Amino acid sequence: MTAAAVGSGPAPVSGAPTDQAPGACAAGAPESECLVRIRGLRFSHGPRVIFDDVDLDIRRGSVTAVMGPSGTGKTTLLKLISGQLRPDAGTIEVDGEPVHALRQSALFELRRRMGMLFQSGALLTDLSVFDNVAYPLREHLRLCPAMVRKLVLLKLEAVGLRGARDLKPNELSGGMARRVALARAIALDPMMILYDEPFTGQDPISMGVLVSLIRQLNDASRLTSIVVSHDVRETASIADYIYVISNGRVMAAGTPTAIAAERSEWVRQFMDGLPDGPVHFHYPAPDLAADLLTWGVG
Amino acid sequence: MAKQRSIEVLVGAFMAAALVALFFLAMKVSNLGTSPTADGYRVTARFANAGSLKVRAPVSMAGVRVGRVEEIRFDKKTYEAVVTMRIENGVDTIPDDTFANIFTAGLLGEQYVGLEPGGSEDFVRDGDELTQTQSALILEQMIGQFLFSKAEEGGK
Amino acid sequence: MAFKALRRGARAVVNAVLDPVAELGRSGLKALAGLGRAHLLFLHILAGSAEVLWRPRLLLAQVFNVGVLSVLIVAVSGLFVGMVLALQGFYVLSQFGAEESLGVMVAASLVRELGPVVTALLVAGRAGSALTAEIGLMKATEQLAGLEMMAVDPVRRILTPRFYGGLISMPLLVALFSAVGVLGGYFVGVGLLGVDDGAFWSQMQSKVDFREDVVNGVIKGLVFGVVVTWIALFQGYDATPTSAGVSRATTRAVVHAALAVLALDFVLTALMFGN
Repeated sequence: MTAAAVGSGPAPVSGAPTDQAPGACAAGAPESECLVRIRGLRFSHGPRVIFDDVDLDIRRGSVTAVMGPSGTGKTTLLKLISGQLRPDAGTIEVDGEPVHALRQSALFELRRRMGMLFQSGALLTDLSVFDNVAYPLREHLRLCPAMVRKLVLLKLEAVGLRGARDLKPNELSGGMARRVALARAIALDPMMILYDEPFTGQDPISMGVLVSLIRQLNDASRLTSIVVSHDVRETASIADYIYVISNGRVMAAGTPTAIAAERSEWVRQFMDGLPDGPVHFHYPAPDLAADLLTWGVG
Repeated sequence: MAKQRSIEVLVGAFMAAALVALFFLAMKVSNLGTSPTADGYRVTARFANAGSLKVRAPVSMAGVRVGRVEEIRFDKKTYEAVVTMRIENGVDTIPDDTFANIFTAGLLGEQYVGLEPGGSEDFVRDGDELTQTQSALILEQMIGQFLFSKAEEGGK
Repeated sequence: MAFKALRRGARAVVNAVLDPVAELGRSGLKALAGLGRAHLLFLHILAGSAEVLWRPRLLLAQVFNVGVLSVLIVAVSGLFVGMVLALQGFYVLSQFGAEESLGVMVAASLVRELGPVVTALLVAGRAGSALTAEIGLMKATEQLAGLEMMAVDPVRRILTPRFYGGLISMPLLVALFSAVGVLGGYFVGVGLLGVDDGAFWSQMQSKVDFREDVVNGVIKGLVFGVVVTWIALFQGYDATPTSAGVSRATTRAVVHAALAVLALDFVLTALMFGN
């Protein structure tokens, strides 16, 4: 299952999986096994093509990692799955619903069953930690204050920050802010959580905390997790299945062991972090000598 | 919660202050305190020339304002200006032979309607017309007449 | 060879002429697209109106942000504007022996023009820029996207209350400004310059009409409130989500709001006080 398998021939929109379709739940798995099913995804941002005919499947209950170099549109992929962006072509189904074609009300209905952890945490800065976690509960459920309190404290306990409930977001460290955001993301007991670069800029300790939290939450609450990251080692340690994307295509897909055994030069360079290989150190440029000898400004 | 309460109190105080300001503008600065504009009854008068009389110009009697000009229109049959005035309800003893003039306040001031009561026992009611009127004095006409009469005097 | 060079030169000349024209067209199209987005956002904001009624607290907080926090600057400015008007007016009017009309002059100019316009400019600078920065930063820090992911419409929840906060606050601030300004004029005119107290007020009352002047002034305030908050919210919402983008959006919000207020004031004045 390498890059060659992707983008050959028209992708099936739905129905019986074919041998072309990549992913953990493709081969003969029943429909219900697959929570997210992406077929023939095309998306471009202005003149820049970000996804060019991408097929992707996410199995229920799994932790799926989407990896790739910076700027390959990993975050864009999450935004497409959650319906914040609409694809130029192709289909994105989440739990059987076509995200790309939903009206706003139906989309919001679906998003109640999704949580997303943003890179920055995206906590509301003028609310306390407690109120931030309580926000989706108060917004969508008509619960009595005592019930809200119990639920919020339970969620905060799950991320180990029950004691920080009265702090404001600007008093939290980056790792704590992300854990609060995680508590908020699981407040409504979603079926799926999207993690956008959860490990970037974390010290080793909070990185370890987040890594184990993601795995624990996934198993304890029967979640489905999609982790977008370029931290190879941490991500590979908790993922059930890995997609490596670059240049708008799926370069490799498989279990962590399969990826580790992958022979493709490009995948090796990325997974092992080699400075030079198929991906060059230099951004494409004319020959240095010629460039220096050219007259002119700029 | 204490913060929420102080916000509520301050917003309340702000709204109250603004309403007081509005009340001040209405009663002390503008004419709302002095005259109920919508009340009163209507009287019309025809003038051969309304001069530069404006809508909302004062209607006064013995120098006291008793109403306002509500409408000025042109009667295309008689070629006259028909001025509708709204007189305050309290002033209900205007004789029906009252004389209506268009005066000018000061040499260059704005024009207003002055009412000079007649001797009739009957009072005007809503919709009545004052028949005795005198038109506005047009400065240019007066000067013209003055020069003309001077010239005639000189000719003799 | 020479022919080729000639052709290249000719093309360069044509391009030099056409490039500015194309640039003009591009920026025109960009402005038009922005205007379209602004109107869509306006409709979106209005669509959330019902929710504001359900959650009066959100509105209250915004009336506080826009209204209460602007009271001081508006009141102090009003006082000084009224005082200056009285001072200047007195010297002009006294040349014609018409000092008694000072009250009319101060009140009419405040209530009709200066009150609404200066208040709107002050609010654009004080509260409008704050709104733009707040919304822009919420966008930059993914708070708006976060709300959206919680199935909460950020426009209805965040922008609509702010819009109505501005809408409600502005006419009230205009009334405050005008009232304080008249008092300032009174202190200078009657207190310092010795204009007759009775004449000051009575002339004012006989010439300033409640419906024509005061109400129209407050209506202007309402319109400016809509425009200033709308522009501020749009610039924040449409900002490039970086620190440079937010700072540019804040500047743009104040500049656009000031220009819109002054231009609209002309239109409104022509509609209200012209025939």
